[in-house]
Amino acid sequence: MTTESGTDSEAKQPQENKETEKAKAAAEPTSPQNQPEQLPAAAGHSTPARTEQERQEEDLVSHRSSTSRLSRSPLRGVKKVKIMQCKVTLLDGSDFTLNVEKRAKGQVLFDKICDHLNLLERDYFGITCRDVENQKNWLDPSKELKKQIRTGPWNFAFNVKFYPPDPSQLTEDITRYYLCLQLRDDVVSGRLPCSFATHTVLGSYTVQSELGDYDPEELGSDYISELRFAPNQTKELEEKVMELHKTYKGMTPAEAEMHFLENAKKLSMYGVDLHHAKLVGSLYECLAPAEGEDSEGVEIMLGVCSSGLLIYRDRLRINRFAWPKILKISYKRNNFYIKIRPGEFEQFESTIGFKLPNHRAAKRLWKVCVEHHTFFRLVSPDAPPKKFLSLGSKFRYSGRTQAQTRRASSQIIRPAPLFERSSSKRYNMSRSLDGAPIMENHETLMKDSAADGAAKVIAKGDIITTVTTEKKAEEEKAEQEDAQMDAVEMPEPMATTPLRQDTKSDADEDSEMRTQTQDEKPAGEGTKEEVEPKVTEAAGYLVKYVVDSIATDLATSSGPHGISLSTTMDDDVFMDGTLREVDEKTPDSQEEVSERAEMKVSPGAVRQEVSQAISDKKGTLIILKEAEDKVDTEGKETSAADEEEAPVVPGEAEAGENEMLSKEKEYIKEDMSVVLEAKTTVVKTQSPTMEIKTDDMTQIKGSGSPKKAMASWISEGVKTDASEVIGVSTKQVKEMKTFDAMQQKAEIFTFVKEVQTEQSKSSLTQITVSESSSTSLSVSTLGWVSSSEKASAEPEERAVVATETEAAPVESTGPTSLDAVEVGTKEMPVVHTETKTITYESAEVDTNGDVDPGVLLSAQTITSETSSTTTTTHITKTVKGGISETRIEKRIVITGDTDIDHDQALAQAIKEAKEQHPDMSVTKVVVHKETEITPEDGED
Amino acid sequence: MAGLMVGFGHYTHAIVRGIPASLAKEALRSSQSEVDVVNARREHEAYVEVLGTRLGLEVVELPADESLPDCVFVEDAAVVCGDTALITRPGAESRRRETEAMKGALKDLNLNIVEMTDENATLDGGDVLFTGREFFVGLSKRTNQRGAEILADAFKDYAVSTVPVLEGLHLKSFCSMGGPGLIVIGSSEPAQKALKIMQQMSDHRYDKLTVPDDLAANCIYMNLPNKGHVLLHPTAEEFPESVKVFEKLKDHMLIPVSNMEKVKVDGALTCCSVLINKKGNI
Repeated sequence: MTTESGTDSEAKQPQENKETEKAKAAAEPTSPQNQPEQLPAAAGHSTPARTEQERQEEDLVSHRSSTSRLSRSPLRGVKKVKIMQCKVTLLDGSDFTLNVEKRAKGQVLFDKICDHLNLLERDYFGITCRDVENQKNWLDPSKELKKQIRTGPWNFAFNVKFYPPDPSQLTEDITRYYLCLQLRDDVVSGRLPCSFATHTVLGSYTVQSELGDYDPEELGSDYISELRFAPNQTKELEEKVMELHKTYKGMTPAEAEMHFLENAKKLSMYGVDLHHAKLVGSLYECLAPAEGEDSEGVEIMLGVCSSGLLIYRDRLRINRFAWPKILKISYKRNNFYIKIRPGEFEQFESTIGFKLPNHRAAKRLWKVCVEHHTFFRLVSPDAPPKKFLSLGSKFRYSGRTQAQTRRASSQIIRPAPLFERSSSKRYNMSRSLDGAPIMENHETLMKDSAADGAAKVIAKGDIITTVTTEKKAEEEKAEQEDAQMDAVEMPEPMATTPLRQDTKSDADEDSEMRTQTQDEKPAGEGTKEEVEPKVTEAAGYLVKYVVDSIATDLATSSGPHGISLSTTMDDDVFMDGTLREVDEKTPDSQEEVSERAEMKVSPGAVRQEVSQAISDKKGTLIILKEAEDKVDTEGKETSAADEEEAPVVPGEAEAGENEMLSKEKEYIKEDMSVVLEAKTTVVKTQSPTMEIKTDDMTQIKGSGSPKKAMASWISEGVKTDASEVIGVSTKQVKEMKTFDAMQQKAEIFTFVKEVQTEQSKSSLTQITVSESSSTSLSVSTLGWVSSSEKASAEPEERAVVATETEAAPVESTGPTSLDAVEVGTKEMPVVHTETKTITYESAEVDTNGDVDPGVLLSAQTITSETSSTTTTTHITKTVKGGISETRIEKRIVITGDTDIDHDQALAQAIKEAKEQHPDMSVTKVVVHKETEITPEDGED
Repeated sequence: MAGLMVGFGHYTHAIVRGIPASLAKEALRSSQSEVDVVNARREHEAYVEVLGTRLGLEVVELPADESLPDCVFVEDAAVVCGDTALITRPGAESRRRETEAMKGALKDLNLNIVEMTDENATLDGGDVLFTGREFFVGLSKRTNQRGAEILADAFKDYAVSTVPVLEGLHLKSFCSMGGPGLIVIGSSEPAQKALKIMQQMSDHRYDKLTVPDDLAANCIYMNLPNKGHVLLHPTAEEFPESVKVFEKLKDHMLIPVSNMEKVKVDGALTCCSVLINKKGNI
């Protein structure tokens, strides 16, 4: 099946670049819609988008050269491209065979299929493939196909992944047609149970859609039995269908499909993805146990849908957790956990655990949750500026939200495509669309996945036999890759979170998904006003944000309960401290604020924090809306800044979250994890000054094995100054310390609150003090290019700017934290690991130089995660000497194996950061790599 | 066309049953109170009158059975939704035979009959709240998980969520539907808690109408041609405060129906009839 292809223009390029391009190519051409979205981004940028890319690529190169670890990255100039033949079962039951490069990413295949189908509204769809256990898994568009298919032929199925709650909002009939095909299969296979009456109604519309008006002459009297409408189709059903069909004369296929969907969407199991599980641990109060029954170990089904997570016991819904109710989703080994926001009457969060059949199932469920949450909840309806949109277009399919896709599809201008609907033949074969035999028994439905899987096994038995141990091992790896993600935050969509977070990071074994509460933010807004009087009056603009929340991810957590609260350190655990946003406000309000903050502490082997500096020149702008409200803040707003930030405020009270996501590649090696941290600092200046700093840090660390040998950090910092301006950089305080402290205390939620409160207070205090602080100006003209050069030249020269060890997580949390100015990186090396950090900065602007923190207007941290990465975004706004600066620091942790090109990941991260904040520059990149000293290291 | 789940509150038929003399002494009750059968019958006649004469439903009146003292409470014997009727297996042993007559009547109406044959299952219709979009089934002394499962099986289109009933006889002892998307709920703590659970379990949003008296929260909502929203609710004589709340429903035709005697044996308004919509079903 593999063949060589001649010279491929792409092949000549270094692989990283190639991949990047491919990904890009895949994403861009794919949907015309993307273009409009990208434009704004480019426009807002000081430099042409293209140039940016190039620069990034350069960066990549330099990075690579600088790091020995990178040596493993793919060879350049490889000309041979392996081509794989893929067989894709389409929704109408037909097979579509096509060739793709072996190294191609999922997106490439997906796009080809969509092109073939003439489908523009693609984001609702996805590609599935069967794993060894014959379970359906969604292909990750951003990952290479070969890594997702460990065994057997490359067989896939094209399916609906996100069922739109309101199909009438789809733009094109063709999209609805494909959705109908999926639903017909769902119904016939029994996955979507419905009553007899509903079967007849749905069946009648199907007939009308496929065969047109009832015409006994042409159709004959038995025409209907050729079609399948139900798992167990009876003559009576067929007669009823026919009766209804007769009444539809004149109805067009598109109308019939619309009616079909209007009925189907009301079914309770519409779009619900079911997973087998058992209850673990304590019973949530709402769960209704049968009398005298212990809830432990009860067999249930978890259903993931657009609105949240449903819990079924047999056919009964015993609980439901809407996305806003869920604070965190995580999995560890074969356990899956959800942390629930305290209800009206509850004081504490509760965590509910479920045991899945195996680790893969837990991971699969987790991923599906992350994806659904992202897709359906992340962008608020009144989404902000286009800039945000631009984010979406860059992202992979899995990251594009429903809101974004709707917006995009609203721009579809092509005439309605003509397409054939003659798919009835497929029903003659006794197989469902996905190739599984049709189950005649409804009753099995709730057990769908299992039943389905079994069916598949039979069908593809040959594949299974081919599995070898080795492959399994590989799969494990793959799993890990996927699993890496630890935590994903779930920001409430409502909040004006324009950003998407679809970061995934994989943790070795478990992952967490976090939901950010919007509540946190809202408070801030209100509070701010209170603060204003004081601050504003004095300095003219002081608004402060205090960061309170801390999120920690654990890769490995001990014990079922360990995930969010445990402070234990596990060798294998990766810890990540994230700050959550706390709102600032007056001291008084702080308490409230702090309450909202959440903390996660994870026992990680390594925890790192990056500190970042933020400089602001007119603080006002940055303050977002609040600023506006306040004193007329100096009035000027930086365009970029406003747009980005403003949305936050406008949102609802809850709004306020800014999330930035960066996507990373996932790399995972069995034992090693690479942590990439990228910090981006954005500075907005009022009038003339503008400064942007970005710090990216990559950390590679070995986790997996108890021995983590060494960790090296490489950090690069590039600082660029926006053209206009003079940047004043202030060092912002980022306190690892704080975090640490908080984490320690984090064990109990309550504690956290306290801590946070403390912090916020302290920070406030600080602010006042700092007001008078001087301002330092720095003009940096270095673009990415320069930065990259530096990087390449002497990557390691720049030594560790600031590395802190977090042996003892506790550091002074109080006021001190604010004061501390950190270069940018604080690390806590793990005992077994050695850490090196190198920071490159384009400009001399150093945080260090500036002792004066300036006035901290606000600070907020957002964490998001994808399967492979954890992204922590810390946004700080400071006012110093009349200049406000906004810094956005992103810390991206990538856990992966050496197979992955870290450089590319870094480049990607940088690129994304830039795309997200077109008007800001990247000022600093810190790469931290932690490597294990084991033999494996040598490979790299 | 025959869309699903449309026409919540549309009814054409009602099945009721007479009051046996045995009700006075033998009917199950949670409190010790004397029931005046004469008054109860008078009350019931008025009730049937409202359904038949005033609202124009076709009323099927089953004869009372002296051996079934609780037989007037027909709601517990069957759950009808669309063209499907689930014959229940009442939680109280003494009431099991009530379903026989009910089954016959429903068959006569050409409904698809589903029977609950599982001996481990119990379900009282009084524990079943159909909102038009989904079912809530109270897990109570009379209804168990298995019964709820069978109900879910019978009505596959709808989500069926279970709600623990910690106090009171049935789920509908403190709530009922007051309109499309409107839940009438008592103000007691158990009632409010149950409402919370229902809200959490649902994908839909419901408005609530909280009334001071739990018992007053049991009403009958209908949406009838030429009449619009109709709400049968307890009288001001029984629940003056709650009635004030109902009177805020400006769009509803409010019909106070006395229930003073039947309430003594835990009978509420919904208990005394099974409402059916024969039109609009395929």
